[in-house]
This record gives sequence, C-alpha cells and structure tokens, in this order.
Amino acid sequence: MEILETLAAIGKSIIPVLRGTEITVALTFSLLAIGLMMGLPLALGQVYGNKIISTIIVVYERTFRSIPALVLLFLFYFGPATFGIYISPFLAAILALGFRSSAYQSQIFRGAIQSIGQGQMMAARSLGMSKLKAIIYIILPLVLRRSIPSWSNEYSSVLKDTALAFAIGVIDLNRWGWRIAIRTQDPIIVFLVIGVIYFFLTLAGTRFLRWLEKELKIPGFQSRDTIG
Amino acid sequence: MNFLTLDWKTIFPQLLKGTLTTLQLTAIAISLGFVVGILLTLGWLYGNKPIRIFCRGYVDLFRGTPLLLQLFIVYYGLPRYGIRFSPFVAAILGLGLNSAAYQAEYFRGAIQSISQGQMLAARSLGMSEFKAIIHIILPQALRIVIPAWSNELIYTLKYSSVAYMIGTTELMFAGKIIAAKNFRFFEVFLVVAFIYLIVVLIISHFLRMIEKRAKIPGLQMIS
Repeated sequence: MEILETLAAIGKSIIPVLRGTEITVALTFSLLAIGLMMGLPLALGQVYGNKIISTIIVVYERTFRSIPALVLLFLFYFGPATFGIYISPFLAAILALGFRSSAYQSQIFRGAIQSIGQGQMMAARSLGMSKLKAIIYIILPLVLRRSIPSWSNEYSSVLKDTALAFAIGVIDLNRWGWRIAIRTQDPIIVFLVIGVIYFFLTLAGTRFLRWLEKELKIPGFQSRDTIG
Repeated sequence: MNFLTLDWKTIFPQLLKGTLTTLQLTAIAISLGFVVGILLTLGWLYGNKPIRIFCRGYVDLFRGTPLLLQLFIVYYGLPRYGIRFSPFVAAILGLGLNSAAYQAEYFRGAIQSISQGQMLAARSLGMSEFKAIIHIILPQALRIVIPAWSNELIYTLKYSSVAYMIGTTELMFAGKIIAAKNFRFFEVFLVVAFIYLIVVLIISHFLRMIEKRAKIPGLQMIS
C-alpha cells in the first residue's frame, strides 16, 4: 500500500519529473556536442600533428581523464567565480563534463583513425589530394562510422555522469528524485523509478546508435580491410 | 588566487588522511567487485536459465543507472527497511556492487575470447566442468583481462569521489571541508584534482608493469 502511495506521489509530480528528464537530456546532448567538436580535432592533432602539438594534446587528455568528474564539476563551478565571473550551474556542468568527454572522445577517434590502414592516406595523397583534403574526404567518413560503437558507450556513460551535476545544484532528473524522496520518505521506490527513466534513456540512445551504425555501414568494407 | 596563503600545516594532514581513505575505499570496493563479478560471469556463462537471467539482469541494471542513484538507495533507502550502514560501508557496497557489474562484462569478454577447444580438451581429459573452469579457463582469462581490469580499477578510484555525496570522509570530503573553512573553493579543489591526478598516474604506471609481467608468451599467436 505504501508503495502505491509513493507511486501516486511520483505521479502527481510527473511534470517536474519530465522537466528534470528534459534537463538531463539537454545536458547530455550539449556536453556530447562539445566533446565531439573538441574531440575530433584533438584526435587528428594527436595522430597527424607535430611533436609539440601531440604532446600538448596528450597532457590535456591525460589530465581530464585522470580527474574525477565530481572534482571537475566543482572546479568549473567555483573557478570562474574566483575571478569574478558568475556562470549558472547548468553551464558549468556542460563545460566540465563536455571538456572531460572531449578527452575520452579524442581517444575513441584516435583509435578509429589508427585502425584505418595507412594505405588509405597514401592512396589519397598519390591521387594528388592534400593532407587536409584526404582527412576530410577519405579518413573522416571512415573514422566516424567506425567510432559509433565506442561512441555509444561514451553516450551511456556521460548520461549517467550527468547525475553528478546534482552536486553543484543543477535541477535535473536526479534532483527531482531527491525532492520527491524527501517528501514521501520512501527513497528506494523513488530512486528505482528515477533509475528506470535513466535506464530507458540509455537504452533508447544505444539502440538508436546501433541502428545508425547498421544504416551507415559500407557493405564489404570490413572484409576488404582485413585482406588489404 | 594564492596557494601560499593557505594554511598548509593543518591542510596537508587532512588531505593525506582523505587520500588514504579514498585508497582504502577503492581497494575494498574493487575486491568486492572482483569476487561478485567473477560469480556473476560464471553464473552468466555456465549457470542454468534462472541464474543466467538473474546475472544478466544484474549487470544491465547496474550498468544502466547512475552510481549516485545506487549509493542513495543503499545509504538513504535501506534504513527505512531497518538496514543501516555507516557512510563508509554504504560507499563500499555501492561502489563494489556497481563495479561488479562492469567487471563481470570484462571477465565474460576474456573467457569468451578463449577458444572453446580448451574447454573441450579439458573435458575430454576427464576434468569436470568446474575443474576445467578453475584450472584451465580462469588462469588464462584473468591474465587476458588485466588491461580492461586496470581501467576498471582507475574508474573505481575516480568514482570513489562520488561517495562524498553520502558523507564518506574521503579525499573529496576533506577538500570540501577545508574549502568551506577557508572559503577558498577553487584553490583547494585544484589541489584535490592534482592529488587525484598523481595517484591515478602512479597506479596506472604500476598496472602497466603488471600487465607486461603477466603476459602469456605466445598466447596471442595461438588465439
């Protein structure tokens, strides 16, 4: 009976819960976009850049991958304030987790670039393409396709990490769970329901990416690559 | 921003104590995750149908929801049903059971990468399935899994910072207290970040050494 009461309380707060879900989704997409926009150039720089560039990128990537997400959130939230710039918790969360994701994504793309045979680059160059053109027209289309499976892992891990933005006061799905849990005094049921929502968000995203992967597959490319 | 004006004499011991708690938490949680993870993998691969479904469900559930939520359930949820843990124990349980799900995935991958012929050969020599797993499959799988497992150890170390949210007095918590006392959030968390960075770099260096030592010579070629 108590469980039903708790569920009814969650049902009554359905609009805030949906609103929290929206914030969680918005946070996830924004930080993935930042990660993608920064991660790709970082990966290209690491593989094709000269020694100085690739060293700088390695240091950046190691640093952001070694510091816990929660610490980064605090740094990005309190950091600007120290210099007199106030940014909203939401923006701080996007920046902190976005930069962090760019470090992880750069590793995904680097792996994909390195898995593509050197022959592709040489062939493109021998056809008279500049290095930049070869990267844009030959390497990147292959790399992006090949990165989808790992990228889908990154999606599901950052989605869950957005729950940490709670710590700096972002009103996301997790925060609403917290509020309802306090009101109903029944945290297990509330957090299980919130957990189910996270679970379906993960599932929806990874399913979509798997569909995309199949849709974009170049027929026969895998087999040709292993022979060549 | 000035690091020199911080009272290092009192701050340093507090941070050190926090770091030690973080390491303790990580070590116990990863060990718990190791034991539960192996059991989950074996149940998943060799168990009967209900066991298989349970193990898969466990792994999917724990990997599909945020760690923070799991910690909240253990620490804030269970007391309603009369089960009460200290923040430290709750953090160990939350982190350990979460890590178990991830470790199970890695173990499964490693076991499945060992060719079926090994199991068949062991069985044909008269070993029971259980014996074959213990003496033939696991010793190889555990070596293959080292790189992936190293990553998991580093992840657990970093995510142990989330235990701060339920009041475990680890490094993050020590940092928050010092920051609030001195009202110097940015500087203190930079120091905390630096400590995490150093610890992670040192541990991953050691793990790479172990990885090299434990390599099975020639195994790559056979498989």
